[in-house]
Amino acid sequence: MSIANVAPALKPADYKSDTTPIWCPGCGDYHVLLSFTRAFARLGLPPEEIVVVSGIGCSSRIPAYTNCYGFHGVHGRSLALAAGLKVARPDLTVVVASGDGDGYSIGGNHFLHACRRNVDMTYVVMDNHIYGMTKGQPSPTTEPEFDTALSPGGTGLRPFHPLVIALASGANFVARCFSGELNQTTDVLVEAIQHPGFSFVEILSPCVTFRPDERAWKQLVHPAPVAATNDPGKAARRIMTDDGFNIGILYRGDRSPYQPPIGMATIDLSELEKEFER
Amino acid sequence: MEASSSVSVAIMGSGGAGALTTGSFLLEAASTAGWYGLFSRTLGPQIRGGEAAALLRLAVDPVEGAPELYDLIIGIDWLNAQRFGAEIQTGPHSLVISDSGGEEPPPNLTQSGARIVAVPMKDMAKAIPHGRPNMIALGIACRLLGLAPEQVLPLVGRQLADKGAAAVEASRAAIQAGYGAVADLEFDTRLAAPNPSSVSRWLISGNEATALGAMRGGVRFAAAYPITPATEILEWLAPSLAKAGGVLLQAEDELAAINMIIGSSFGGTPALTATSGPGLSLMIEALGLATAAEIPVVVVDVMRGGPSTGIPTKSEQADLNIAVYGLHGDAPHLVVAPQSVGDCLFTTQWATYLAETLQSPAIVLSDQFMGQSRAAIPRPADVAFIGARTVAGDIAGAYKRYAMAANGVSPMAIPGMRGGQYTADGLTHSERGTPTSGATDHLTQLDKRRDKLNGFSFGEHWATVEGNGALAILVWGSLTGAAREAAGRAAADGIEVRLVAPRLLSPVQPEQFAAALDGVERILVVEQTHGAQFHHYLRAHYDLPAPVRVLNRPGPLPITASEIQRAITEWR
Amino acid sequence: MSKKPAEPNVTSLTDLMAVAYQIEIDAVERYRLLADQMEMHNNTELTDIFRDLARAEGLHAEEIRRLAGDVDLAKASQLAASKRGESPEEADMGAVHYMMTPWHALQLALGCEERALAYFTAILEKAKDSKVKAMAAELVEEEAEHVSLVHRLLLRYPQPDNTWADDPDPPVPQD
Repeated sequence: MSIANVAPALKPADYKSDTTPIWCPGCGDYHVLLSFTRAFARLGLPPEEIVVVSGIGCSSRIPAYTNCYGFHGVHGRSLALAAGLKVARPDLTVVVASGDGDGYSIGGNHFLHACRRNVDMTYVVMDNHIYGMTKGQPSPTTEPEFDTALSPGGTGLRPFHPLVIALASGANFVARCFSGELNQTTDVLVEAIQHPGFSFVEILSPCVTFRPDERAWKQLVHPAPVAATNDPGKAARRIMTDDGFNIGILYRGDRSPYQPPIGMATIDLSELEKEFER
Repeated sequence: MEASSSVSVAIMGSGGAGALTTGSFLLEAASTAGWYGLFSRTLGPQIRGGEAAALLRLAVDPVEGAPELYDLIIGIDWLNAQRFGAEIQTGPHSLVISDSGGEEPPPNLTQSGARIVAVPMKDMAKAIPHGRPNMIALGIACRLLGLAPEQVLPLVGRQLADKGAAAVEASRAAIQAGYGAVADLEFDTRLAAPNPSSVSRWLISGNEATALGAMRGGVRFAAAYPITPATEILEWLAPSLAKAGGVLLQAEDELAAINMIIGSSFGGTPALTATSGPGLSLMIEALGLATAAEIPVVVVDVMRGGPSTGIPTKSEQADLNIAVYGLHGDAPHLVVAPQSVGDCLFTTQWATYLAETLQSPAIVLSDQFMGQSRAAIPRPADVAFIGARTVAGDIAGAYKRYAMAANGVSPMAIPGMRGGQYTADGLTHSERGTPTSGATDHLTQLDKRRDKLNGFSFGEHWATVEGNGALAILVWGSLTGAAREAAGRAAADGIEVRLVAPRLLSPVQPEQFAAALDGVERILVVEQTHGAQFHHYLRAHYDLPAPVRVLNRPGPLPITASEIQRAITEWR
Repeated sequence: MSKKPAEPNVTSLTDLMAVAYQIEIDAVERYRLLADQMEMHNNTELTDIFRDLARAEGLHAEEIRRLAGDVDLAKASQLAASKRGESPEEADMGAVHYMMTPWHALQLALGCEERALAYFTAILEKAKDSKVKAMAAELVEEEAEHVSLVHRLLLRYPQPDNTWADDPDPPVPQD
């Protein structure tokens, strides 16, 4: 093979589009975007074979900031759209990006079924414990005592625990990262994309504008006390004592991904009509 | 006695009596004999064991309109039969066969003066090992309608083969016994001899025809959330798509289903889902997304009684408003409506072709009456409407997904195509596809999406236009058949009637519509809605150049040819 | 969690040059991104400052390339990635703000340069090979010079009072 035929390895910058993000300077999502581009480069996937699917919210703006195909759909339905895309086009690498509102509130039902269905894709939720795009309402992961205009004095509600839900619903890979740990997040993303089936990566990504208190996350995050397991029971016991800041891969499962065979017609259309003929 | 061009038969019975099986076999037998027919069912609300009636209309020519008065009713039993009330009516000429050992037929069937004849169906069945009364009833019906045993016995053998030889034998014996029981019974209503015809025919339901039409049009992906009365479309597609190299994905709800098909279509695979009114309501937001992002999808709405949960097992035409107007913002899109069981195939295929060609969602407004009726129809023609999406070719330079084009349709890049990367978006966007809030881009893209539809030549399929009388009947969907019948009867009475039935409801076709109504003096709008949605739609978008009367009634009862004929006659 | 960068495991000259080069390249990328962010958010003063810092880091990268001679830096960089540990110059991207002042930018840059200095100092202390030691010493001197430079720049920009982030307009939803 001559040198001319070998495409030069793509660099992270090749996966970034020219569009400057609208995110506030200081937003954790900038690091997540860097992790995406570094992970894609490391995997060596052609950008035209990757599709980044998102819903609505600050995090969901990410597809247009990459040089891949993207879909910025409606609020909360990105997992369904991604499932239709991936099942019809198993040759593509599908990464779904969401936030804690889009993913855990309106998208909650689709989250359960995506984990259960286990189509091969990677689901990244940039969790900042707030609704940022709509200017500061509580999300399902907001602390019960956090005061907002929509919930004066705090919601008083127990926060949603996405890793528990993902594990219980059958996700084949479950991890939590912190946007400030760029290298580690990149490593986890690479593994998540490579891992067959539904990979769920929650990335704590502070909101500099509506949760300035989240500057403290840098000190609160810590490595998970034990290594990743492929035993869902072990993972379940671990996650029930998780303080919400355990960083690392929780679970790597062995479920086969759901992918019906595609493109192999065994009959002609006229065969299907025979049952009606008289 | 003069032979009739059509005969209506009802087979009634409850809880395991098998009335529907009898009806199904009767349609098959009639079809074998060369007749056409339409078979639908009505049931009580129980999950199992409820009262049921098979409703058939058999005819010399293809049948599209609902039965009116039943010429022959066979009641295997009459338990809770009075619930069917106004739905099953008789006239003084009708014949009601009742089981001698059972209940009396309900008064609503007999108060017309219909003749009641008792036959000991249950006892006869008991006398045959494994004999069943519904097969006795089948023999009775066949004999009275003039079907020969050799037109029904072989098909029983085929249909019941998997139940074993004993079951087949028992059924055949019961049928023969039924024949014998009414050998001397006079029944004046005879179907005219079938047309000798080399036209091959099909036996198919509207839902099956819808599904097949979609696949003929190129659909290879479906997402499914079951809902009455659309589920059969999805159930037919599940194995069929797989055999054709496609796939059906079951969704957790309609919100997922519509988004899944958008995902599949974005990836290049034509896609469809099927639902009814409540499901369509859930899908509206994503239909707006598909419109704005210019992604083709086909959504079939098999309309049922509404609003809200409504009457799931009955037909109505009241989803016109949501189909045409339901999307927020200015979001023109395709809406088409089949006009008969057979037309479900053509129209869904056409819808797939249009959606792919125009990069727009297409809503197909079918209804429960067509969807769940089985009809003997002439073999549908093979038509050349196969989805052909304009796909981006060699992409040089910065790709513009929504580039201006003479016909408003921009070449679409499919994931995998190098250089074609773009982000599809519901946000208002530029030609490049990037979000914008600017006035020029917004207007440009709105114009583009409107003009690509309005500028397209839909051709003659936009509507059925028959006759050129001074009175025009404006109908759509499953009422087309009844209107055509009414027009035929009016013509026999010397009243020339014109039939105009749009198949394309959106975008509207002002020029073609004006041409169709050229010279009319009276306009009769007929629709199965409470709020006269079709009438309001016509007034909003078209000139109605003559005085208008509206015949509208909501479901559950169909609007019959006789009713329409009466409205015509009363308006001289 | 990251409170202390992982210990570098750099023992060969090639690895050292590759790592040093990558640190500068990352810095260029980082300051360019920050400049773009500031430009998008209409902070022209900070846009200029970050563009200047990007340019400066670019020059540092060139310097390292010159020092590296024949070494294939791109190739070596991939190999060295795993040995680099958590990058010392990862800026605290959370420390930026759309209304940040030059003082803040320079504090951020100072932090980066001080961490780089500590990083190369650690390599210098552990180095056994004489060539590596020599090069590490040069890099330490370079970084020390960068630290001084930032200090000098800071003299021009006093720390702002605590009203620097006051925006009289409330935020407005976009989606």
